[in-house]
Amino acid sequence: MSSGVDVTLDNVWIKFGDFVAVREANVNIKGGDFFSFLGPSGCGKTTILRAVSGFLNPSEGRVLIGGKDMAGIGPNKRPTALIFQNLALFPLMKVWENITFSMEVKGASAVERRKRADELLDMIALQGQGDKLPSELSGGQKQRVAIARALCAEPDVLLLDEPLSALDLKLRQHMRTELREIQQRVGITFIYITHDQGEALTMSDSVAVMRNGIIDQIGDGHAVYDTPATPFVASFVGENNVFRGKISAINGNEAVIATNRSGELLSRITPAAVGKLKVGDDAMMFVRPEVLNVGEGTDKTTISAKVLNEEFEGNSYSVFLEGNGGKRIKMAMPNMGQNQHSTKGEVVSFSYDVNNAVVMPAGELASE
Amino acid sequence: MRKPKMFSEFFKNNGLLMGGILMFLVSFWIIVLILLPQLSMLDFSFRYNLPPALQGTEADSYTLDNYRYLVFGPEGASDAFNKVDLMVFVRTILAAMAVTVLNLILCYPLAYFLGQSKGGGFIRLLVIMLVIPYWINEILRAFALRIIFGDGGVLNGVMMSLGLIDQPYDFINADIALYAGLGYAYILLMLFPMYNVIESLDRNQIEAARDMGASWVRIHRRIVIPHAKPGIASGMTMVFMLSAGALAAPQVLGGTSSLWFTQLVYQWFNDTLNWQQGAAYAIVLLVASIAIVLGFMKIFKVNMGDIGK
Repeated sequence: MSSGVDVTLDNVWIKFGDFVAVREANVNIKGGDFFSFLGPSGCGKTTILRAVSGFLNPSEGRVLIGGKDMAGIGPNKRPTALIFQNLALFPLMKVWENITFSMEVKGASAVERRKRADELLDMIALQGQGDKLPSELSGGQKQRVAIARALCAEPDVLLLDEPLSALDLKLRQHMRTELREIQQRVGITFIYITHDQGEALTMSDSVAVMRNGIIDQIGDGHAVYDTPATPFVASFVGENNVFRGKISAINGNEAVIATNRSGELLSRITPAAVGKLKVGDDAMMFVRPEVLNVGEGTDKTTISAKVLNEEFEGNSYSVFLEGNGGKRIKMAMPNMGQNQHSTKGEVVSFSYDVNNAVVMPAGELASE
Repeated sequence: MRKPKMFSEFFKNNGLLMGGILMFLVSFWIIVLILLPQLSMLDFSFRYNLPPALQGTEADSYTLDNYRYLVFGPEGASDAFNKVDLMVFVRTILAAMAVTVLNLILCYPLAYFLGQSKGGGFIRLLVIMLVIPYWINEILRAFALRIIFGDGGVLNGVMMSLGLIDQPYDFINADIALYAGLGYAYILLMLFPMYNVIESLDRNQIEAARDMGASWVRIHRRIVIPHAKPGIASGMTMVFMLSAGALAAPQVLGGTSSLWFTQLVYQWFNDTLNWQQGAAYAIVLLVASIAIVLGFMKIFKVNMGDIGK
């Protein structure tokens, strides 16, 4: 297998008439990385993938693969292989013919192709299934055949367009692990498109979070989850409690936000917003449900609220609270076997570590 | 046995009343409107052409004379075979095949374009524009073509004014008008089945093949044509059957020296009033056409069920 090569989007704009599908995308994907584009449907992530694979040309900017400008090079000439959302296996060809279609194109003999197909079938644990038709395979098996078919072309970059979305939950989780393993084994660059933050976080070396054609943040899973760059990222990736208000004081990398309903709260300024906040600015503070703890902290990190109800989720409890003015807050507590519940209607105080809260300029949230 | 289960399923899904009505209508159509008339034709073809007084008498027995006539001609003729009629027969079959292949070549790119482009409203408009000319009846369309292809017709006029030819070219006697007319008469029956199957082809399959480096030729050979095979078979069957059995276009557009086999049938029925002989000719054409279609279906591995798709 060839080793992965870098993929670079250099100031890429993609427009369809007046509609701007991708705006000023600048991305450097390191060779051999598992890189994900994460965003809700319609955010432009599939458009980016199609620009990398060559099915459409950027309106502006350049796509570079291995440092080479791809302008004017068609999808059949690029060192990429695409796995489609619906897999697009050829229904009238046998599994082995499907897998080795890229060799057939190059004129390889049937014997050669059959041999390679058997190797790849071994790799995806489908030994002896080469003579079946795709329709005779299960969803997960089809998935693996699509991967083998893409890898057979020995691409430098594998592009995956939400290939797991049609699978059921268990299989999806299993395939995540398997995809990651395959990627590490073959060592080529994977570019993965998904709207599922779980997939993006578990598999990726790096994630780009997209919204309305704009890349809001690029970083590893921790960066995106713990230090979101924009309110959209904070609310789209994982769950978050948002507190709106105005900045009332700034002290280095920390700021006090006078929230609309929950009093003054102290938080660190998210790295992307350091230096960009002034006193009096509209701001949003985010605190994740799992970093809230029962018990008082300092006066600017403590909130009190009434318990509305509690949901048991197996590994954790979700506690839904109502603060001043009807402010809804969610708190997650791990299930430590303690069987200790909060009582409905009880008013509790809870707090957070300043480092676990981030504040940033107000902006658009992900719609639920 | 799957058949009885198929029937009980059919009645279960449609209800006894609706199922009964559907069964009745389909059987009425097949038995009364198709099977019985054809069987009586078959019966005719094995009988002597007798005056009404003798029909039903001893003399009205079965015979192979009508078929013998097509092959060997009248008794005591100088030739060993009925060369004229056999030649007409062979020419009709070959010409119908040629028309079918020509239609396929013309329609495939069009069906692919219509089926795979994302034009939406514009494509529907194109399809309507293709259909509307067929509101005009077949004879009028044939005469329109005769006007276009005639000595003083539009085509000769244009070609002469462009200086391509100095004298009108006789498109009618060269049978070009006939082939054009036959092709045009049934072209939609080729286009629509192909358009329907190609439209149902997942675009991603074409893109996947392209992504794997396939050329356009290979994409069509390996992806599009195998997918479209039922539609191609269905279209070719209809065009071949209808061309071989066409009457209006050959009557209007055929050259003076060229006869279509259906014209012979027509002459036996209408001019000679020998229905028995005409029936034998018609049966030969029918059986030959069916045999040819089945033969090609076998060669190209098309199942009967595919044609119903």
